[in-house]
Amino acid sequence: MSEFQPMALHGKNLSLTRNRRKVLENIDCSFQAGELTAVIGPNGAGKSSLLSCLAGVLLPTAGSLALDDRTITGVSAAERARLIAYLPQQEMPAWSMAAQDLVALGLLPWGRSLDRSRRGARVAAALNQVDAFHFAARPVTQLSGGELRRVQLARLLVANTPVLIADEPGTALDIRHQLQLMQTFRQQADAGKTVILALHDLSLAARYCDRILLLQDGGLRAEGTAETVLTPQLVGAVYGIHSEFRWRNGRPEFIAGDLI
Amino acid sequence: MRLNSYSRREPNLSNSHKFFFLLLACALPLALLAALASGPVKLDLWQAITSGWHSDNSDAVILWQLRLPRAALALLVGAALGMGGAAMQGMLRNPLAEPALLGVSSGAALAAILLLYYGAVSGEVALPLLAILGALLAVGSVWLLAGRGASATRLVLAGVAINAFLSALMALALNYAPSMFAMQEIVFWLLGSLANRGWDQVLLALPFMLVGAVMLVLSRNYLRALSLGESTAASLGFSGRRYPLLVLFGIAFAVGSSVAVAGTIGFIGLVVPHLMRPLVGQDPGRLLWASALAGALLLLLADILVLNTVGVQELRIGAVTAFIGAPFFFWLIVSGRREMSL
Repeated sequence: MSEFQPMALHGKNLSLTRNRRKVLENIDCSFQAGELTAVIGPNGAGKSSLLSCLAGVLLPTAGSLALDDRTITGVSAAERARLIAYLPQQEMPAWSMAAQDLVALGLLPWGRSLDRSRRGARVAAALNQVDAFHFAARPVTQLSGGELRRVQLARLLVANTPVLIADEPGTALDIRHQLQLMQTFRQQADAGKTVILALHDLSLAARYCDRILLLQDGGLRAEGTAETVLTPQLVGAVYGIHSEFRWRNGRPEFIAGDLI
Repeated sequence: MRLNSYSRREPNLSNSHKFFFLLLACALPLALLAALASGPVKLDLWQAITSGWHSDNSDAVILWQLRLPRAALALLVGAALGMGGAAMQGMLRNPLAEPALLGVSSGAALAAILLLYYGAVSGEVALPLLAILGALLAVGSVWLLAGRGASATRLVLAGVAINAFLSALMALALNYAPSMFAMQEIVFWLLGSLANRGWDQVLLALPFMLVGAVMLVLSRNYLRALSLGESTAASLGFSGRRYPLLVLFGIAFAVGSSVAVAGTIGFIGLVVPHLMRPLVGQDPGRLLWASALAGALLLLLADILVLNTVGVQELRIGAVTAFIGAPFFFWLIVSGRREMSL
């Protein structure tokens, strides 16, 4: 399992209706291996719903999903779990287990095929990746919000799945750990993984992501590089704010301005 | 170096926890001996054991045909209730959950009461079978009421609703009991007891308990994944109806068959998983085994207390466990308020 098979994820005509409300409408999207994609949009635009559908947690009312060229219906839940790791926006542990035991839960889809020492090594490596090793043995109820989030991220990374989906992974993190987190996801993508993140911070999205999907009212409003999506016109129309996009020292920068 | 020191202490139990398990495992045979020595008649235990199963010696008959099946039943019922409670708490992600919460115990109890009420206790076999059916019906209607992919909250609400309905039916059955004798029988049965049980009851309950235990053990990884919530559990490969149904049926079989042979015995399913959880590193999977072991021990100890209490009426074991359980509940609330965790 240390070696993973790069894998693309395709959503075709995804629609989702919840409580008679259309949450997602005819979304076509493709996520390639080696690509870091941000899903952005205002509150209630459907980011979390789209990510849940992509992760196989929610069943879309219409449309289909495919991993490479296999439709997701032909993939068992157990196999899907070995290919796609998912971190929801909120994940409250029910029991006050040690941080390292929470991370080890990410290896559940592998069952007994991993021996104890390899499991321990993987858990340790994942905790190190998010700078959480020093509180590995602490009960999760004794961690701060940001520390818990880092432990959950280690749980996401521990299984080394080809597809990573995280819903606002940077919530509750301080600025240093947010940057560290985005760097970690960047490295994961550069190593050939398909990484999909829902983000609220557009400057982080501009700086680290290869591609941005802009959602509005359950529909796909725009898609492309940061430069093509984060234009003052589009951002103004969707978020209702003034903004600026510029290049500085060869690096894309998004700066939010006043309300319109 | 950090990695090494880490993997040594990862995911295994610490030594003090292993010691506790060893203690628990040693306590069981000791408690069993104490239970066999307890009773109204003083036995020469050693002679009774050595004279064997088929002996006509009165001590041997008391030991092999009365005390041993009673102790075995205490162990089985305690294990089933402990494991059922652990599974229930894991499934509902709630440390206050108990099999009684989802109406499993009430369903079994009501079915048995109706049988006693109509006086159709022709065969001993009918009572346990009907109780298991009652547990299944109760848990099934909770499941239907909660609907597909129900959240824990909705499931608890459905359990409360079904439980309220079953209590109403039970009150009605008591109200229109045909005779004082029937009413007394029903009330005593509801209190729970291990008195006058023999190998018949053990053999009747055992297969159903085993089926329930197998179902629960098969769902241990689902319970582990569920400690991170329903969406995460789904993303870890535990999606759909299959796993929740496995847990629900497992609980119905284990707890329903216990209620059938011993009446309703409360609080074991609440107290035991609580006590064991810190010892298994809060792992809902390992908690199943630990709770079965500790539940067996606790109920056997409670029965030793019952056997050694002298009185006109036999002390009902359900009353004993309630006396253990109620203060525990208070302690839980007070400590929970202090930690602001409940």
